[in-house]
Amino acid sequence: MYAQMVKSTGKGIKSREEMTDEERQFQDRVDADEKIEPKDWMPEGYRKTLIRQIGQHAHSEIVGQLPEGNWITRAPTLERKAILLAKVQDEAGHGLYLYCAAETLGVSRDELMEKLHSGDMKYSSIFNYPTLNWADIGAVGWLVDGAAIMNQVPLQRTSYGPYSRAMIRICKEESFHQRQGYDIMMKMAFGTEDQKKMAQDALNRFWYPSLMMFGPSDKDSVHSAQSMAWKIKINTNDELRQKFVDQTVPQAEYLGLTVPDENLKWNEETGHYEFTEPDWSEFFEVIKGNGPCNKERLGARVKAWEDGAWVRDGLMAHAEKKAAKVAAE
Amino acid sequence: MTRDEAFFEFLLRMGDNTLILGHRVSEWCGHSPVLEEDIALANTALDLIGQTQMWLGLAGEIEGKGRSADDLAYLRDAWDFRNVLLVERPNGDFGQTIMRQFLFDAWHSLMLGRLMQSSDTRVAEIAAKASKEAAYHLERSADLVVRLGDGTAESHARMQAALDDHWPYTGELFLSDAADKAVAEAGLAPDPASLKEEWDEMVTRVLTEATLAIPEGAYVHKGGKAGTHTEHLGYILAQMQWLQRAYPGATW
Repeated sequence: MYAQMVKSTGKGIKSREEMTDEERQFQDRVDADEKIEPKDWMPEGYRKTLIRQIGQHAHSEIVGQLPEGNWITRAPTLERKAILLAKVQDEAGHGLYLYCAAETLGVSRDELMEKLHSGDMKYSSIFNYPTLNWADIGAVGWLVDGAAIMNQVPLQRTSYGPYSRAMIRICKEESFHQRQGYDIMMKMAFGTEDQKKMAQDALNRFWYPSLMMFGPSDKDSVHSAQSMAWKIKINTNDELRQKFVDQTVPQAEYLGLTVPDENLKWNEETGHYEFTEPDWSEFFEVIKGNGPCNKERLGARVKAWEDGAWVRDGLMAHAEKKAAKVAAE
Repeated sequence: MTRDEAFFEFLLRMGDNTLILGHRVSEWCGHSPVLEEDIALANTALDLIGQTQMWLGLAGEIEGKGRSADDLAYLRDAWDFRNVLLVERPNGDFGQTIMRQFLFDAWHSLMLGRLMQSSDTRVAEIAAKASKEAAYHLERSADLVVRLGDGTAESHARMQAALDDHWPYTGELFLSDAADKAVAEAGLAPDPASLKEEWDEMVTRVLTEATLAIPEGAYVHKGGKAGTHTEHLGYILAQMQWLQRAYPGATW
């Protein structure tokens, strides 16, 4: 899940009687699973919440290039290097679709970038954790992309047309990434003793941060209730987290790796795994900027933006010269 | 030097150029001036690494000692690398990276075009595939050189500085030695010197449009093709080869 704790602006859901005519018509369209398109009327809260959510998702994609990019120059074979390059390129492409989807709501990419750089907008907490050994690249694909897919698959049905269409393309690529990640994990887990150790180490470090990706429990959150009524959020965080655990634990068992949770056990009655919640105080610290890599990640993006200012200015100046020349002719 | 020894040498030169340049370009991942450039740079690096797999794969075949493309990439020391010095030069700013790319792409696209006529069908097939990618790389790097050269005063100054820095490293692309002569005689590849005129024309045309001045002075830094590199290559290899070296025999 690349958007965490997105706050809607509403104070809870309005009853039909409290809604204006426009709001009622809008809600009827959403309820009937009609797609809302950029030029359609929409409540201001819907627009603002979507900008936050899509923007945060886009930022996550581009900041997410960094932990994986960290291993491109050290990838152990040419094929792994090529796969990783292709994957990171895909992530940047996802960022591009999402910024475009956000632009249809009346916010420019530059405005969103500024908000990222100033800290006004966040990106997923997961990218503030380091990638320390090669198996981390497997774990990121398997767990991080796996968790993202849990959230993104239902969002293919989201009410906002451009967002839904972006999500359909993104999901296709993400599920591919997840398989590639698991493929690395298999090579590592079934490899030499050293490789096995790397695989276990990666799982130990990425397990709880992956569970945090879904965000804290939101079953009582007014923001989530509003987002769900608008179909820009489809499931609760707890539902998605449970689904992720249920899917992932057997995969870890197949690899012969141990999920770092002593309380993990299958519950016959519920048909679900029982598991330990992540340390939410750690999550809030990471969100506040105190994760292991917050400063480096955001610092890298700000530096890229500032160092690249002359390039963007140069390209603009050239375009203006060219336009002036065409106008003169 | 036998025909196959010269052929092997030639294939290493092709594959090492794309490997080392691909490595350099991949260092940009997530750090470029605009999102579209992050995508384009990753894509360029990906093409170059793909071409490396083909060239070094064929090199291992011709050598006949059972070495794979990965063995050649990950288990040779710097003195066995045959790339030109230009491609191992550090990225510098975005302008330096793009200028290095342009000067290389112009040579690369000409070389690949000629290799499509190679007497060895395997070479011709690799060249046919790679030349489509190289044509796109050249279109993009030439376009950026023009736009940034003829952009603001600052972008112009940076592009001129990049050109001045890289220029003395371009001559090595056109130097011929015994191996080049042997593969040329066998019809496997063109003599590098024969590409110079067309390259000069192409580069002059683009640089002129970019309002950049071609540096005077003909000094040529060389050595890469014979295995004498700059200090930079050792660091590239230390990073690239580390896992393979630290855990010999593992499969990844």
